[in-house]
Amino acid sequence: MAAHEMTQSAATASISDDATAGTEPVRRGVGFGERVQRLLPKLVLGPTMLTTLLFIYGYVIWTGVLSVTKSRFLPQYDFVGLLQYEKLLDNDRWGVASLNIVIFGGLFILICLGLGVLMAILLDQKIRAEGSIRTIFLYPMALSFIVTGTAWKWILNPGLGLEKLLQDWGFEQFTFDWLVDPDMAIYTLVIAAVWQSSGFVMALFLAGLRGVDNSIVKAAQLDGASMPTIYRRIILPHLRPVFFSAFIILSHIAIKSFDLVMALTGGGPGYSTDLPATFMYTTAFSRGQMALGSASAMLMLGVVLAILIPYLYSELRGKNNG
Amino acid sequence: MLTTFAKRTILATAISGLLSTGALAGSVEVLHYWTSGGEAKSAAVLKDLLEKEGHEWKDFAVAGGGGESAMTVLKSRAVSGNPPSAAQIKGPDIQEWADLGFLTELDQVAGNNNWDQQLPQVVANVMKYDGHYVAVPVNVHRVNWIWANPEVLKQAGVDEVPSSWEELIAVAPKIKAAGFIPLAHGGQAWQDATLFEAVVLGVGGADFYQKAMVETDADALSGDTMVKVLDTFKRLRPLIDDDAAGREWNIATAMVINGKAAMQVMGDWAKGEFTAAGKIPGKDYVCAPAPGTQNTFTFNVDSFAMFEVSDAGDKQAQADLARLILEPTFQEAFNLNKGSIPVRTDLPMDKFDSCAKMSMNDFISTSKQGGLVPSMAHGMAVPSAVQGAIYDTVTNFFNSDDMTPEQAAEKLAKAVRAAI
Amino acid sequence: MAELSLNKPRFTIGRLFVYATLLLGVLFYLMPLLVMLLTSFKSMDDIRSGNLLALPDAFLFDAWIKAWSSACTGVACDGVQGYFWNSFQITIPAVLISTFLGALNGYVLTKWKFRGSDLFFGLMLFGCFIPFQVVILPMAQTLGWLGLANTTTGLVFVHIVYGMSFTTLFFRNFYVAVPTELVNAARIDGAGFFTIFWRIILPLSGPIFVVCIIWQFTQVWNDFLFGVVYSGGDTKPITVALNNLVNTSTGVKEYNVDMAAAMIAALPTLIVYVLAGKYFVRGLTAGAVKG
Repeated sequence: MAAHEMTQSAATASISDDATAGTEPVRRGVGFGERVQRLLPKLVLGPTMLTTLLFIYGYVIWTGVLSVTKSRFLPQYDFVGLLQYEKLLDNDRWGVASLNIVIFGGLFILICLGLGVLMAILLDQKIRAEGSIRTIFLYPMALSFIVTGTAWKWILNPGLGLEKLLQDWGFEQFTFDWLVDPDMAIYTLVIAAVWQSSGFVMALFLAGLRGVDNSIVKAAQLDGASMPTIYRRIILPHLRPVFFSAFIILSHIAIKSFDLVMALTGGGPGYSTDLPATFMYTTAFSRGQMALGSASAMLMLGVVLAILIPYLYSELRGKNNG
Repeated sequence: MLTTFAKRTILATAISGLLSTGALAGSVEVLHYWTSGGEAKSAAVLKDLLEKEGHEWKDFAVAGGGGESAMTVLKSRAVSGNPPSAAQIKGPDIQEWADLGFLTELDQVAGNNNWDQQLPQVVANVMKYDGHYVAVPVNVHRVNWIWANPEVLKQAGVDEVPSSWEELIAVAPKIKAAGFIPLAHGGQAWQDATLFEAVVLGVGGADFYQKAMVETDADALSGDTMVKVLDTFKRLRPLIDDDAAGREWNIATAMVINGKAAMQVMGDWAKGEFTAAGKIPGKDYVCAPAPGTQNTFTFNVDSFAMFEVSDAGDKQAQADLARLILEPTFQEAFNLNKGSIPVRTDLPMDKFDSCAKMSMNDFISTSKQGGLVPSMAHGMAVPSAVQGAIYDTVTNFFNSDDMTPEQAAEKLAKAVRAAI
Repeated sequence: MAELSLNKPRFTIGRLFVYATLLLGVLFYLMPLLVMLLTSFKSMDDIRSGNLLALPDAFLFDAWIKAWSSACTGVACDGVQGYFWNSFQITIPAVLISTFLGALNGYVLTKWKFRGSDLFFGLMLFGCFIPFQVVILPMAQTLGWLGLANTTTGLVFVHIVYGMSFTTLFFRNFYVAVPTELVNAARIDGAGFFTIFWRIILPLSGPIFVVCIIWQFTQVWNDFLFGVVYSGGDTKPITVALNNLVNTSTGVKEYNVDMAAAMIAALPTLIVYVLAGKYFVRGLTAGAVKG
C-alpha cells in the first residue's frame, strides 16, 4: 500500500503550509486515502464546529432578532426596532443589575485572584498536611450553588447565623446584617462566591508555582534578591498564563452567576442584588417580556465581547508565536 | 346523608371509572408548584382520585417563587412541542396560552357536568377563552386576610385584631413593648406586593383598587390616594423584624403559630400551615379581613389549563381529571387541606371551619354587591409584565430608605406605562 | 518551588504567620460544611435551642434517613433516592462523551491546525460566556425537532454541547505543551491521524483527563437550570429534587432534613474531590494552566 507515502506528504503539506491547507486544490496524483487523511482533522472538529455555530452563535443571533421584536409571552416576530433597548436603559432595575455586576464581578475576580495567589504561595512553603489543607480549600467547588446558597443564607441570616452565634458567645454588640441590608446584600454574594471559587484559583496557582523553574529562583537568591522581590519580579510574571486561565474561568462564573443569587438572596431585599443574568431570566420567563429579556442578554454579551476580545487577542497571539 | 345529586355523581364516577379502566386508560402529566406541606397533600388527593379511575398521574412538581420556575419549564416544554397535559396556570395567563393555540377546549366535560351552573360567573370568565372552557378552576383563595395569634395580642394588651391600618400602626408599639414582632412577613417581592395590595384596598377602597390595580389607570397610580397608600405601606416596615429579607411565607406564618409574632397579612393558604400545626381557628388563631378591607374580597383562583394531547387514552385521562377537579369529593378534600374555599358555591360547607365559612359568605355577597376584586399580587388582575413592574417599584420602595411616597407613586405610574 | 529557602524550614515568626493564615483559611472554608453537617445530625429542638456551631445533643441519623427515603418532593414522598440515580444516568455519559470529544478537539486545534482553526478556538472560548438562560427556549425547540424533548438523552446532549467549550479549552491548553516534534516524527514514520492520537497523545493525557472529568462531573452533577427545564417527569436530576425539597416545608421548616438532603446531593462530587483532589492539582500542574 502507498498509504505510508501519502500520509507523509499530507503531513508535510500541512506542516509546511498549514495556513493554506484548507483551500489548496487537491494535487495531482493524490489518492482517496490521502484526501481522507487531510480531511480528517476537519471531520473530527466538524461536529463541534457545527454545534458551536448552531447552538451558541445561532441562538445568539436568534436572541438578537427577538430583541428587536415585541415578543412577550413566547417568541413572535413583529419588529419594533430598538424600542426594547430604550425601555431597558430607562429601567431602574436594569440599572441596579448593571451596577451590581460591576461591583460583584470586580470584587469577586479580584478577591479570588488575590486570595488564590496568597494561599498558593503560603501552601508552597513546605507546609505540613498540605494535602488536607488543599482539599479543604478546594472542596467548595464541588458543591452546587443551590447547596452553598442554602448554607450561606443560614449563616448570614442575622437571627439564625453568625450574628446570633457571636452574640451567644458574649459579643453582644456584634452585628452582621448585610444579608438583609439592601446596600450591603450584594457583598454577601461576593463572600459566598469567593468561598466557592477561590480554592480552585488557589489550585491553579499552586500548579503554576510548581511549574516554575527552580534554577532561575536559585540564581536570583544567589544574587541576593529577597523573597518578596523574587516573587514579585520573577515568579509572578511567570504565572501570567495562569492569571489568564483564572481570569477566564472567574469571569465566566461571575457573568453566569444565577443559581447563587436565586438561592441566597432571590435578588432581594427589594431588587438590590439583581444581576443581569437574573434580570434577564425574570423578564424573559416570569414576566412575559421576552423581547426585553433578549435585549438585556444582547447588551450583556456585547459588554463581555468588548472586554474579552482585546484580552483574548493579545493573549492568544502571544502564545501562538511561541 | 346523600343528596340525589351526590348519588348520581358517585354513580357517574363509578361508571366512568369502569369505562376508563376497561377501554381508555391513559396518563396525565401534571405540572404544578404545590410542594408545600398542605398544598402537596391536596395535590395527592387528586392523584389518588385519578388513579382510582385507572389512569396514571405523572407528577411534575417544580417548587419555588410562586411558580416562576414552573412557568419557565412550561414554556420550554410548549416550545419543544411536548407540553404536559395539565399545568397550573392562572388568571390572564390562561388567555395568553389559549391565544397561542396551546390549550384544548373542555366544552364537552363542562356541558356534561353543568359547569356553567356550578361556577360563579366571575370565575367562569377567567377559565374561558372565546366562550370555551380551556381551564378548570380548583379553588378560591381570599388574599386579604390577617392572621393573628390571640394569646400574643392578649399579652400585649391588644383586645381585638385591628380593623384599620392606622389602628394596626397605633397598637404596634404595645406589641413590640411586650416583646413580640407586630407583623410577621417575608421579604420577597410577592409578599411585599400581597401586603401592598391589602393596603391599597384598605386605604383606597374597592373602586380605587379597581382603577389602580386592575385598570392600571395612570392618574390613579400617581395620584394623591396612591401617595397616601404608599405612605401607610411604608409605615408598616418598622412593624416587621429586621431579618425578614428572603424569608418564605410559611416561615413567617410559623412565627405567628409559635407566638413570636402577633399577626401576618397573607392569603388563606396560610391556614393550611395552622392546620398542619394542629391549631384551631377561633381558639389558637384568629382570622379576619385585612385591616380596612371588611366588605371586600381579593380573589386568587388556582386553576389547571389543559393542553392539547394526541393519544386517545391520554385525552380521556385529561377529561377525567377536569371532571374530577370539580366533583364534590375533590373540592371538599382539597380545599379543606389547602385553606381555600370550593370554587363551586353549591356545596355544603359544614365540614369547613369558621374562617372558610366567613370567606364563602363574603365571596357570595361581594360577588353580588360589588367589592369582589382580582388579586394583583397573585396574577389575577394584570398581565405578568405589568405585575412585575408593580412588584419592582413596590418592593424597592418598601426596602429603600431614600424614596418618598410621592417619588414612589411617580415611579409606579412610569414603570407600569413602560410595561404595557 | 518547595526548595525556595535553602535551609530546612525553621520555626520563625514568618512561618507562624503562614500557619496562622492557613488556619484562618481552613476555618473560613470549612465553616459552611461544618454547619451543614452538624445541623443534619441534630433534632429540630436541638436546632432551635442551640447555636450554629454547637455539637448535637445526640447524633441522629433520622434526618438523613428521611431525606433519602421519605421526604416529600411534590406529590411523591419517596425522598431523593430515585433522583440520585437519575443524576448518575445523566452525568456519566455526558461527562465521558464531552471529555473524549474535548480531547479530540484539543488534539486537532494544536497538532493539526488548519486555516481558521485558531479563529474557531476564539469563537468557542467566547461561547463559554453565553448565559445559559439565553439558550433555554431555542434549545427546547431544537430538542423537540430532534425528538429528544424531556428525555435523558436530550439532557445528556445539552450537557455535551455546552460542556465541550470547556473540555476543548482544557485539552487544547494541555496539548500546546506537548512537543509538536513528537507528532511530526510520528507523521514522518507514517502514522496517521488516529494512530498518533491513540499511540502518542492519549498515553500522555492522563493528568488532563482527570482534571477534565472532575470539572465536568462537578458541572453536570450540580446543574439545575438544564435539569429542571429539559428533564421529564420521572427523569429529574437530584438538584431539582433538592430544590423542591428545600422549598417543600410544612409550617416548621425542617432544616436538618434540608441539610441532610443537601449533603446527599453533594456527596458524589465531594467524594470525587477528596479522593481525586491530589490528581486534580497534579493534572493542573502538568499543563492545563500553561495558557
